[in-house]
Amino acid sequence: MKYFRLILINARRSRRRTILTILGVAVALFLFCTLRTVMTSFRTALDVTDETRLVVRNATSIIFPLPYAYKDKIATIPGVVDVTWGNWFGGIYIDERNFFAQFAVDADTYFRIYPEIILDSESLESFRKERNACVVGTGLVRRFGWKVGDRIALKGTIFPGQWEFVIRGIYDGRTPDIDKNTFFFHYDYLEENSWMEGSVGFYVVKVENHTLASPVISAIDSRFTNSMAETTTETEEAFQLGFIRMLGNIELMIDAIGGAVIFTILLVTMNTMMMAGRERIKEIAVMKTLGFTDGLVSALILGEAAIIALVGGIIGCGLARIIYDLSGITLGGFVPSFVVRGWTIAIGIGISLLLGVISGLVPAILARRLRITEALRYVG
Amino acid sequence: MSASIVVELRGVKKIYHRDAIEVPVLDGIDLTVQEGEYFAMMGPSGSGKTTLLNLIGGIDTPTGGEVRVAGEEIGRLSEKQLAHWRSRHIGFIFQLYNLIPVLTAYQNVELPLYLTDLSKAERRDHTMAALEVVGLTSHNAHFPGELSGGQEQRVAIARAIVSDPTLLLADEPTGDLDAKSAGEILDLLDRLNHEFTKTIILVTHDRRAASRAHRMMRLDKGVLETADLAGAGG
Amino acid sequence: MKIPIIYNLRNLRVRWVSSLMAALGIGLVVMVFIVVLALARGFQHALVKTGSPDYPFIMRKGSVTEITSYITRDQEAIIRSLPGIASGPDGEPLLTSDLLVVISYPRGGQGGSHNNVSVRGVSLRAFDVRKDIRIVEGRKFVPGLDEIVVGKSISERRPGLRLGDTVAFARRNWKIVGLFEAGGSAFESEIWGDVEQFIPLFQREGFQSITLHLDDPSGFDRFKAALESDPRLTADVQRESEYYAGQSQELVAIIRSLGIFLTVIMAIGAISGALNTMYAAVGARTREVGTLLALGFRPRSIMTSFVVESSLLSLVGGAIGCLFSLPIHGQSTATTNWDTFSEMTFDFHITPSILLAGLIFALVMGVVGGLWPARQAAKKEIASAIKAL
Repeated sequence: MKYFRLILINARRSRRRTILTILGVAVALFLFCTLRTVMTSFRTALDVTDETRLVVRNATSIIFPLPYAYKDKIATIPGVVDVTWGNWFGGIYIDERNFFAQFAVDADTYFRIYPEIILDSESLESFRKERNACVVGTGLVRRFGWKVGDRIALKGTIFPGQWEFVIRGIYDGRTPDIDKNTFFFHYDYLEENSWMEGSVGFYVVKVENHTLASPVISAIDSRFTNSMAETTTETEEAFQLGFIRMLGNIELMIDAIGGAVIFTILLVTMNTMMMAGRERIKEIAVMKTLGFTDGLVSALILGEAAIIALVGGIIGCGLARIIYDLSGITLGGFVPSFVVRGWTIAIGIGISLLLGVISGLVPAILARRLRITEALRYVG
Repeated sequence: MSASIVVELRGVKKIYHRDAIEVPVLDGIDLTVQEGEYFAMMGPSGSGKTTLLNLIGGIDTPTGGEVRVAGEEIGRLSEKQLAHWRSRHIGFIFQLYNLIPVLTAYQNVELPLYLTDLSKAERRDHTMAALEVVGLTSHNAHFPGELSGGQEQRVAIARAIVSDPTLLLADEPTGDLDAKSAGEILDLLDRLNHEFTKTIILVTHDRRAASRAHRMMRLDKGVLETADLAGAGG
Repeated sequence: MKIPIIYNLRNLRVRWVSSLMAALGIGLVVMVFIVVLALARGFQHALVKTGSPDYPFIMRKGSVTEITSYITRDQEAIIRSLPGIASGPDGEPLLTSDLLVVISYPRGGQGGSHNNVSVRGVSLRAFDVRKDIRIVEGRKFVPGLDEIVVGKSISERRPGLRLGDTVAFARRNWKIVGLFEAGGSAFESEIWGDVEQFIPLFQREGFQSITLHLDDPSGFDRFKAALESDPRLTADVQRESEYYAGQSQELVAIIRSLGIFLTVIMAIGAISGALNTMYAAVGARTREVGTLLALGFRPRSIMTSFVVESSLLSLVGGAIGCLFSLPIHGQSTATTNWDTFSEMTFDFHITPSILLAGLIFALVMGVVGGLWPARQAAKKEIASAIKAL
């Protein structure tokens, strides 16, 4: 469209101003995408939960164990097709900063219940055979440069001492969202070398279909009411959500900050557009004398604001996407991945467009209303 | 030779309101301008010359009376219709040129053509033709800030004629120029009128400029009177 | 010759809408800056206030956090008899042996979700040993009965933790007989009860930490040496304040660095806005600059004048940001202390130094935002500036 050229020419009029404005919008959208991605990546775990898996833990709190004897009792509950168990280990690898999740799991049953963890049968076999073997995710391999056969030592915190392991398998995830930063080892190894004898940290129960989740939950918990260790059973999703909630009001704060960022840049952009508008009073009058209608003139101004903001938004969102994709950060091991989602980018671009329109609104309306005769007499 | 009437004013009044005080600027103007005429209006500053020109050009509306230009009673038109009408019939030339500083000479002249359906190539043809008439094809890539006053006014004139309007309205076109440039501009206007038969209405307080026109009138205290070119006053 | 500041003030006032918006932009950035710093500071403050540098805090050797520590009764008895421990008026050592566990408790608000709360088993001695503990409502619990006391901040944040309420955990029902304050420290987010009952109920066989008073606070190193060289013991000792200050250092560092990252990037946006404002100001005042130059003011004075103007603008913005962020001081929020694995309440804590940092930040933005336009203004030569006259 020929008016597009006109808009571009005008945008280039003050190249510096346009670039600064684009920079401001790009920065704001970059931050927006970052903040939003913090939230979406924490929730990634929620996206890959299985509706037919339940987690059983001690009702008092997760730090208390459950008796191993519960396993058979849970298995007999109608609707239950499989049971596995595990415990959080919480060791330190060299330095506290190298945080990653470590679980002692039952070698025979755990990977059966988590089919999304891909481990070739050869590795699984060699893992099973060796008491202090471990299986690690591809994320950890990338982070620390491990390979099969490496000896890994963890310093126990809950279970004190130096624990030595040998990597016998590397697992991958079926989809990109599956966490690949976990370290699995034998439950037996933990049991033999700590007070966890006869106890488990938690059970993971597979039910036949998701409609049975609710009744099985009630069945399990009522089975163990009034016993030494009462249980709380929840769906995998609820369990993950519990951890996310531990972050407190993070979500609220992130939204608040995101809002402040966008609002700030809106102010700044509006200011710029208004200043630009003021400079052009005479020109707008001249264009009207040439026969440009009120509507056309205001549309040109609005269009210019929208395009500038849109360019800034595309740059900001695009940069966020590219940078975070390349960086491979995992927020200190707390999230499986930090990738800007398509949805986030779409919303970001929408926001930048809206920002452009709002910031251009006042100058556009003023331009529309401008009276030629008064404006021509205007002395800047 | 029956030339048609391009401009017809009947009983045109214009009153400005300033803080509840009414200031009458034009008091019942009657005027007729024929096609191909070169008409000049003189008068002291504040006499309403510019106002009259604005009314004819459709960028202002009369408080009373009738303004007929190119067969249309423009007082009746809506803002949008006026805009369309202006783009087809009027070419303005201002004292301070009023070129858009961020556009080149070429782009300034091309600007009115955006309102037409012409293709890019056709726009180019018209623009270059207009620039050739005013003798500035070599400077077309320069910005107004890089041109002299006289050159700027020539670009402004090119812009005024590029869409072949019915009427050229010039408000003190030489007011800001030195004698030599002023002369060049007036020569150009002459040429536009004689060679290209453009109808020109000129407003000025410069005797020399006014003397180039076919007919001249004086505007004083809101009233038009036939002027005496050789006489006193002015 | 210096250009009077009144010139700048007048100019800012003439373009007051534009100036106000630029100032607001800077103000918002400063506000976010202050809020994030106040968050980190508040969290740290709550931890720092917890614990005294004079009190030895003993855990099992190698334990990093209290909940993973373990001290047998035998070891506790040995430690109890070590020399250097202060005695209370009743002749008993001023020492408390604690058990710290975490229970799952409803959060309140949106239905159904739970969060972890710290429950500390103590002897009545703990009220004398731990710093700044005061019962503000009700009374201390009576050992042997199903009674507990609750910290004021967690009492206010969760449902069912008021004086007189009953809480069920470890298969018993506990009556809240008192609420306590702890000088705003982490202890206020805890529930305290009788350690001798908790030990069997939580299936433990001993304690997790011991805190005590020394009769001579300067004898800390001596005490530490004695304890750590005793072959019967496998324990570590540090100053109580050090233990708490060391907690969640990562979290504080993360909050701080995220906050700074965030505000620096926001600042880029605000500075670009300030630059635009100042460039426009310079552009619009070409004639004035020419006049000033013609009057005899030196280009350098003009440049300084513009930088001053930009700085004034940003200081106003910074002040606005400080003002708007003040209401958050004292607002309480909570997050999980990953070392105790339970929720810890703390307040946003704005200090004068944080406010000063905010103002300085604003000033920096203003100077940067004004410097280039100012240089450009000063570079205009008299001739070209006067041409615009």
